[in-house]
Amino acid sequence: MPEKLTSRNLLNQLQTRHYTNAYAAKMKGQLVGWATSIFPQEFCETMGLTVVYPENHAAAVAAKRGALPLLEQAESEGYSVDLCSYARINLAYMKSQAAEIPIPLPDFILCCNNICNTLIKWYENIAAELNIPMILIDVPYNHGYEPTPAAIDYIKSEFGECIRQLEKITGQQFNQERFQEVMILSNENSRAWKRALDLNQAVPAPLNGFELFNYMSQMVCARGRQETGELLKLLIEELEEKIRLGKSCYEDGEKCRVMWDGIACWPHIKHNFKAFEKNGINIVCSSYPEAWVLLYEPGNLDELAKVYSMIGNNTCMEYQADKREREVKNFKLDGILFHVNRSCKVMDFMQYEQQRLVAARTDVSIMNFDGDQADPRNFAAAQFETRLEALMEIVAHNKSAKKSKEVTNNDPA
Amino acid sequence: MITAGVDIGSTSSKVVVLEEGEKILSKVIIPVGAGSSGPARAFEQSIREVNLSREDIKRVIATGYGRNTFTGADQQITEITCHARGVYELVPGVKTIIDIGGQDAKAIGIGKGGTVSNFIMNDKCAAGTGRFLEVMSRILEINIEDLADLAASAKNEISISNTCTVFAESEVISQLSTGTAREDVAAGIVQSVVGRVAGLVKRIGVQSEVVMTGGVCLNWMIIKVMEKELDVPVIASPMAQLTGALGAALLAFESAS
Ligand code: SF4
Repeated sequence: MPEKLTSRNLLNQLQTRHYTNAYAAKMKGQLVGWATSIFPQEFCETMGLTVVYPENHAAAVAAKRGALPLLEQAESEGYSVDLCSYARINLAYMKSQAAEIPIPLPDFILCCNNICNTLIKWYENIAAELNIPMILIDVPYNHGYEPTPAAIDYIKSEFGECIRQLEKITGQQFNQERFQEVMILSNENSRAWKRALDLNQAVPAPLNGFELFNYMSQMVCARGRQETGELLKLLIEELEEKIRLGKSCYEDGEKCRVMWDGIACWPHIKHNFKAFEKNGINIVCSSYPEAWVLLYEPGNLDELAKVYSMIGNNTCMEYQADKREREVKNFKLDGILFHVNRSCKVMDFMQYEQQRLVAARTDVSIMNFDGDQADPRNFAAAQFETRLEALMEIVAHNKSAKKSKEVTNNDPA
Repeated sequence: MITAGVDIGSTSSKVVVLEEGEKILSKVIIPVGAGSSGPARAFEQSIREVNLSREDIKRVIATGYGRNTFTGADQQITEITCHARGVYELVPGVKTIIDIGGQDAKAIGIGKGGTVSNFIMNDKCAAGTGRFLEVMSRILEINIEDLADLAASAKNEISISNTCTVFAESEVISQLSTGTAREDVAAGIVQSVVGRVAGLVKRIGVQSEVVMTGGVCLNWMIIKVMEKELDVPVIASPMAQLTGALGAALLAFESAS
């Protein structure tokens, strides 16, 4: 009897296919693009273009422990160690193409600075080195709670320019009907992704946080595709079944529920997982995979502009704190782990104030640790473990104090 | 009941043996830490001094950086919880703890009943740690214990602009080679550590009583400058670097009773 297809297997198949298809397209002489991770993929998907995502690729390289040679190569070429490690990995890869998972070099690049401005210089560099066109969707930072009408108009005008440039690069016309279909599909997938993430509100949570990071790759690379919908459907079914059976993702059950704030520490993900498992701590939610929940009314370009503008890093302090506060409640969190990421300055800059705000509004325990999303040198295992264990001790103490208070309160005497 | 706490740091091993969670039977410090024979030697010595054997000790808790490598313990608890427990015993009014260890510095917020409400540690960097002071004392050719007295005699304190220990080392060397007085450099070193650690403390919020633990709290100049920097009195833990081991021994007593 053939084995039942699990969502995990399907995810692996889809991710492998994503990279092999890109190579096959290149071999056939088709155009291949590189895009930043939260670029409005609706436009290139409508044009039927093959696109790969350097940040996703760099993460995969780092998780397979292949980052260091590329980082050293970039540094020997003159890139600063202070530069985002995804950028260093990709800029080195562009030159040497030395990685276990290969991606074809691009014929055009798509950049949206809704997550940071490092991307602009990084992509300009690629465009200059490879002498290829670059499409930029420049998104102003949201100092207020939401984008201003002027910002929305500005972003929409760039959507128009993006379409014109894509038509020029491909020599094809942009098909509005197909655009509508892609938007509908993208929203269905985003909704399903949100549903899958929200299922982890169950106690115990059915999905391990590190798995969240894995499934997320499909949302980065193919959130406007049919097959992503199939994957998410399967994942949701599995999670619902686990919830029905009251199954935790850990054999010994879940002792502590936390949010992982920031990007994963890809080179040390196995170590991190073991440290969490040993302590019975589960990452039930994270700001990271959440970023690919992009919901808007299909066909409404104002909303499309707004949703791509309101990505975590691009939003104000208050908006982010409100979001975290909601998550503490909805996911019944005991703690939040802030990854102070050497690479991602824009994220780190807001972290301490976020910690203060969330600590003032909730009774969640907070811990932070130093690391890096892809540079293995910026992480110390012993320090990480001590902080994690200390967090666990605080949470365990708070829980038992709460329990004994409840017992006292319920005591009829 | 007799219990023990073994605190294995990166540069020293400390043991406290307690009777009935109250009376200190012995305390030992050996200046070698994790990965050496120090922890086992310190433990042996502490029980031998009072004519006890391992069997007489009901429960042993290991803490500190090397806590997981000490095979003689019944349980491991982080130094954050152990320092909090130790200080709470010695200074019940404590609200904020500053612990400067060999390779890290931490600020711990203390809530009701001496429990940890919040903590923050230095980032992956030796700045603001005991190691920084050690490296700098070596360049000044003095014992680390003499750094406070030397710094106190400064007339024109210099400011050390580099936080990186390696860069600060060359900065100090070049200051000395251009004729800056050693005491002025020493004062700059103290200020650099205090500035760095005070930043951590301010992040969790300074609340009195503020107590400092770890070997570095024996440096009276650090305490004095810290008081100025935080604008509150700072108490040096009466048991200095033994505070964590005391906390571990107390927690061992509480969990065994
Ligand atoms: S990790 Fe941070 S700095 Fe690097 S590309 Fe992403 S958002 Fe930008």
